Amino acid sequence: MAFITASWNPLGDAFYRKTDLYEMSWSLRDGLRDSLVAAAPYGGPIALLREPQRRSPSSRPQLEIYSASGGTVASFPWKSGPVVQLGWTVSDELLCIQEDGTVLIYDLFGSFKRHFSMGQEVVQSQVMEAKVFHSPYGTGIAIVTSSSRFTLATNIDDLKLRRLPEVPGLQGKPSCWVVLTQDRQTKVLLSNGPELFILDNTSCTVVCPPGLSPQDGNIVHMSVSFSYKYLALLTDSGHLWTGLSTLQEKLSDVDTKKTMAPKQMLWCRRPKSQQPSVVLMWDRLLLVVGVCNETIQYPIEDPCVLVGEMDGVRIISSSNQELLQEVPLVCQDIFKIASMAPGALLLEAHREYEKSSQKADEYLREIKEQSMLGEAVRQCVEAAGHEYDTNTQKSLMRAASFGKCFLTDFSPDQFVTTCRELRVLNAVRDSSVGLPLTHTQFKQLTLQVLIDRLVYRQFYPLAIEVCRYLKIPDYQGVSRVLKHWASCKVQQKDLTDDAIARAVCMKVGDSPGVSYSDIAAKAYECGRAELAIKLLDFEARSGEQVPLLLKMKRSQLALSKAVESGDTDLVYTVVSYLKNEMNRGDFFMTLRNQPVALSLYRQFCKLQEQETLKDLYNQDDDHQELANYYVTASYREKRLEGRLSLLQSAVDEYNKAKNEFAVKTTEDEMRLLRFQRKLDDEKGAGLLGLSLQVTMETLLSLGLHKQAEQLYKDFRVPDKRYWWLKLKSLAEKEEWDELEKFSKSKKSPIGYLAFVEVCIKCNNKYEAKKYVSKVTPEQKVKAHLAVGDLEGAADAAIERRNEAEIGAVLSRCSASNSLVIERLNRARAAIAKK
Amino acid sequence: MMRLRRSHLICCAASKEKMAAHLSYGRVNLNILREAARKELREFLDKCAGSKAIVWDEYLTGPFGLIAQYSLLKEHEVEKMFTLKNGRLPPADVKNIIFFVRPRLELMDIIADNITSEDRHHSSRDFHILFVPRRSMLCEQRLKEQVLSGCVQVECYLENDQTSLYHTAKGLMTLQALYGTIPQIYGKGECARLVANMMLRMKREFAGSQNQILPVFDTLLLLDRNVDLLTPLATQLTYEGLIDEIYGISNGYVKLPPEKFAQKKQGEGSKDLPTEPKKLQLNSAEELYAEIRDKNFNAVGAALSKKAKIISAAFEERHNAKTVGEIKQFVSQLPHMQAARSSLANHTSIAELIKDITSAYIIQCFPIKSHYVNTYIEDCIAQKDPLIKILRLVCMQSVCNNGLKHKVMDYYKREILQTYGYEHILTLNNLEKAGLLKPQTGSRNNYPTIRKTLKLWMEDANEQNPNDISYVYSGYSPLSIRLTQILARPGWRSIEEVLKMLPGPHFEERQQLPSGLHKKRQQGENRTTLVFFLGGVTYAEIAALRFLSQVEDSGMEYVIATTKLINGTTWIKSLMDRPESPTQ
Repeated sequence: MAFITASWNPLGDAFYRKTDLYEMSWSLRDGLRDSLVAAAPYGGPIALLREPQRRSPSSRPQLEIYSASGGTVASFPWKSGPVVQLGWTVSDELLCIQEDGTVLIYDLFGSFKRHFSMGQEVVQSQVMEAKVFHSPYGTGIAIVTSSSRFTLATNIDDLKLRRLPEVPGLQGKPSCWVVLTQDRQTKVLLSNGPELFILDNTSCTVVCPPGLSPQDGNIVHMSVSFSYKYLALLTDSGHLWTGLSTLQEKLSDVDTKKTMAPKQMLWCRRPKSQQPSVVLMWDRLLLVVGVCNETIQYPIEDPCVLVGEMDGVRIISSSNQELLQEVPLVCQDIFKIASMAPGALLLEAHREYEKSSQKADEYLREIKEQSMLGEAVRQCVEAAGHEYDTNTQKSLMRAASFGKCFLTDFSPDQFVTTCRELRVLNAVRDSSVGLPLTHTQFKQLTLQVLIDRLVYRQFYPLAIEVCRYLKIPDYQGVSRVLKHWASCKVQQKDLTDDAIARAVCMKVGDSPGVSYSDIAAKAYECGRAELAIKLLDFEARSGEQVPLLLKMKRSQLALSKAVESGDTDLVYTVVSYLKNEMNRGDFFMTLRNQPVALSLYRQFCKLQEQETLKDLYNQDDDHQELANYYVTASYREKRLEGRLSLLQSAVDEYNKAKNEFAVKTTEDEMRLLRFQRKLDDEKGAGLLGLSLQVTMETLLSLGLHKQAEQLYKDFRVPDKRYWWLKLKSLAEKEEWDELEKFSKSKKSPIGYLAFVEVCIKCNNKYEAKKYVSKVTPEQKVKAHLAVGDLEGAADAAIERRNEAEIGAVLSRCSASNSLVIERLNRARAAIAKK
Repeated sequence: MMRLRRSHLICCAASKEKMAAHLSYGRVNLNILREAARKELREFLDKCAGSKAIVWDEYLTGPFGLIAQYSLLKEHEVEKMFTLKNGRLPPADVKNIIFFVRPRLELMDIIADNITSEDRHHSSRDFHILFVPRRSMLCEQRLKEQVLSGCVQVECYLENDQTSLYHTAKGLMTLQALYGTIPQIYGKGECARLVANMMLRMKREFAGSQNQILPVFDTLLLLDRNVDLLTPLATQLTYEGLIDEIYGISNGYVKLPPEKFAQKKQGEGSKDLPTEPKKLQLNSAEELYAEIRDKNFNAVGAALSKKAKIISAAFEERHNAKTVGEIKQFVSQLPHMQAARSSLANHTSIAELIKDITSAYIIQCFPIKSHYVNTYIEDCIAQKDPLIKILRLVCMQSVCNNGLKHKVMDYYKREILQTYGYEHILTLNNLEKAGLLKPQTGSRNNYPTIRKTLKLWMEDANEQNPNDISYVYSGYSPLSIRLTQILARPGWRSIEEVLKMLPGPHFEERQQLPSGLHKKRQQGENRTTLVFFLGGVTYAEIAALRFLSQVEDSGMEYVIATTKLINGTTWIKSLMDRPESPTQ
């Protein structure tokens, strides 16, 4: 513990330290010499291609993929063309950029995924150099060709190639270049001798960094920081310029006195860096140059590769791996020799406490006197997060826990979270997993992505452990892991369909949020249709099964699943798909077996394809509907002949449907239409399309009694209705003589009270009275009352000895009818007596 | 640029709004539903950044008005609102045009027309479409194709289209997400079974995402309209029911003929009568309406005159007010009293309007004694009464008698076709398909048994102080509500025989609750049942259910949900098929 600062080196007012990450578990025969190496940030995988330039077909170079700790992940002979550059995408895919501009993409396990080209002109002029870069838009690639032209692709998943303008005066490749992402724009910064250019989509501009003159020499190396915010330039005279990548401000200017160009040059910073630096590497030397002009020198024995991280630089050699970083301020505070920071005191207090020394109390008292105990706990917890060594973590956390005991009202959140996160980090840092993430990187990466990476590396049990341990809701946690696991499982070629289906079902069960149809889709993608169908059977949501079944051309099954789901939109989707896929006969047959689908399709046809509707009914021998269809169609027909012929078709179909009633009425309608047309032609009566009743009404009002009579007879109109009609019509036209004649034509089927009431309604009391005598005895009183003949009504009521009727008459009497009232009352009394 | 979006929730909520208006009181806080709908709407609006104009499908303004006032829309940068119609959109300087429409094909054509005529004038505008209740594939296709053709009619029984059932099931799932899983589901009828099946399936599909809300509803009852076809055919005799039968209530508003509402200002007499229909809002926020809406119309007169006395007594109080304090107190009550007086005036006018009409209008279940009714219907046709009335009568006779004698049925049909026109042959066909009209077959007529067992016809209904639900139809109890009542007590097992006679299966399902959510019922605490009417419900049925809720010892509270509010007229109309006549 005392030696914790032994690996620290002062740089300006800060310290730098190297932490051992791994003894590399690989065994490289020739070390990292003559190899193309790409190691992804955030403890990502390492790809290694030995002697990429060797072109003899007899011995193919080997492409190897390792975890960050050197564990072999994949290895295969490189059979494609010469590779210029290797790189990793943000989603851990390997990019191999070939001389001819082809980019091949492999997954972490070395399976080829796809390829694309960086443009036609590259084929002739070859890629000289390439760089893989990351931006908010994803992973991008920049190349420079032998004709000195740059081409950019900002996001390889949405490939848009941009050929940048020519750089004036540039022959061959530039001496050095970097890709910058600024203000949502991707640019190339390059040097040609002492000159510096910025190259964007449209222009090439010469730029001069403030404080760097051409006399300082040719720019031979440059580097941008992880965040694209800072830039470092190195000249052939050993001058190192650092500043903002906008080139608007200089940070420092250091003479390294090294005239040889370094093999790698990287920024080494951390968030809230006190003393950022640039790390330069030569064959035997690693030089850390702080902006404060001080330097640290580390000797190197083996060829190394530097990997830039957001909070330091990883140094990978053939035998081990280290993390070089500025010591976080809180760690400096605690571990700096003779530090009096509260955290340092607390750590000391705890140490004494464990030794059962009373000094513990003195230290504690000292912190408490300054009321800094809370701060001390916080410092210890934070520092623990930054430490790689588990023992150091533990002693810090114990100290924090010890300090917490003396605090009331202190939120344990930070302590608990850090404890949990450290456990997870320690687990993934383990050499067998090989994700050397710092706490800072982990926070940046987020837990979600970490789990994704574990899953992607197929550490399923660990991923599930982590999810459970951190209590991530199943949807985002365990289920997601299981889904990936299952998708991977279905690709195992050595297992039978049954075995896989069973294994998947057993593990996944009905975990919420795991979609069997997604897994099935994966199986289908791998050419295992049978397995896909087996898996689909486990899917609870029938709606989800449909799209894949359609894709697999299992249309019958898709249709029944869609129907099962009850989602009519889905049924429509399948139906319209089937319609395009199948011939008409098969299509109709398929629908026939699915009544729900059939009726939906019928509706669709009603709206969009009337003709098809007819075919459907025909196919089903549904004569009734077919007839209805013709009826509907007849109303759309303007010409009478067309209308009649459609109605005739309807009659034929109604006949086949044995619907005698409909046959009869339809024939009647045709007869009526012909009749109407005839009269329209002869008299311009405007009858066409009217109902029989209205036709007769119109005829009567036009005085065409004979024709009305004819209809009445021809269409066997019930007497009652006809009499009502004629009665009303004659009364309305005030043809009173005609009415009287009509009333006498035969015994009225509607009685004569109707005559009385209609006449009264037409304000003809005189005519009304004519019919009063004809009404039946039961209606006499009513009839008399209707014409206002109280005396008559009274007579009738008294004669009928009907108490209710007497009452009715009485209620109509006013004071002036005293005589009548008297008579009625007498009669009533007489009835009552009996 | 066209983006199509969908929103399930708004829609379900919008259709469920109906019940929010009915049951603003009671134990179930329906505001949650309203809030959820509102939230969804807000989120949708915020997705379209920048100023916006909304183009409304007129039909939707009502339901939406219930969840969102204009001020809410305004807060979310809605600057203009238009009604959906053909041609160019009115000018509006906004970034987004949002169409709020139902997924109907004919509306898609209008939208397409709007957009195409727009494109030439404006370039950088985003168009969005919000489908209520949800997106339909057909409509999207239509937008792409832009073909012209006829109109849509969706009716579950006619077309065997389960779309509406699917929406119902979805809506019920939303409801459960907000109010907790409903432990017991009962149902009667084909559609009820289908909806329950869909719900159970959907629940399985979301297995694992356990709902942790304490259930508000104890029971869900799904009732298929097909089980009780008779009730909507009869004229509702509650106050609210009659208003709906005669004038039609839509989204809580009714339009009335203006004559009776003329403002009588002194001196002016009644020179200029208003010509615009009078639009009134009807809901329980109005004290008087809450009091009389569910009363039998025959009891409304008494209630109104009682109210009139109370109000005039209250106004008389001013003579007794002697001290300044008393006068002040009187004045402070004035606004309330004046509101009550104008409310009384309104309802007195409405009652008068209805009274003038009713006698000729009412269709009651009672006189369905075969011979008499034949003549009656015959006379109605001869007098050319409105077709819908005839159809209601004929269907009623058919339903009550397990079909019509062949001869009678053909006679009616011929009479209808001859009088109202041959085109109604399709309507008659639809009625037959829906089971409302059918010829008698050999099978026994079960209706008398059903009627007697369930006590559907009560000879001595007390209209003034009802003691049974039959008061809502002056002596006829709606079968649907009787089933609901019996379910609560003594349970359906007691009427097993009758249930078998009614169409469609009856069933009971239980939904497992997560442990810890089992309700511990307080002594005397009411149980709550959600009654869902598939295929519509009448105001009278709602009144009957509310009556049941209020009966003191029932121990049951009812919340009503439905796919739509119907009355005999609107219901029969939805079943009518009118071929388009040729356009000249």
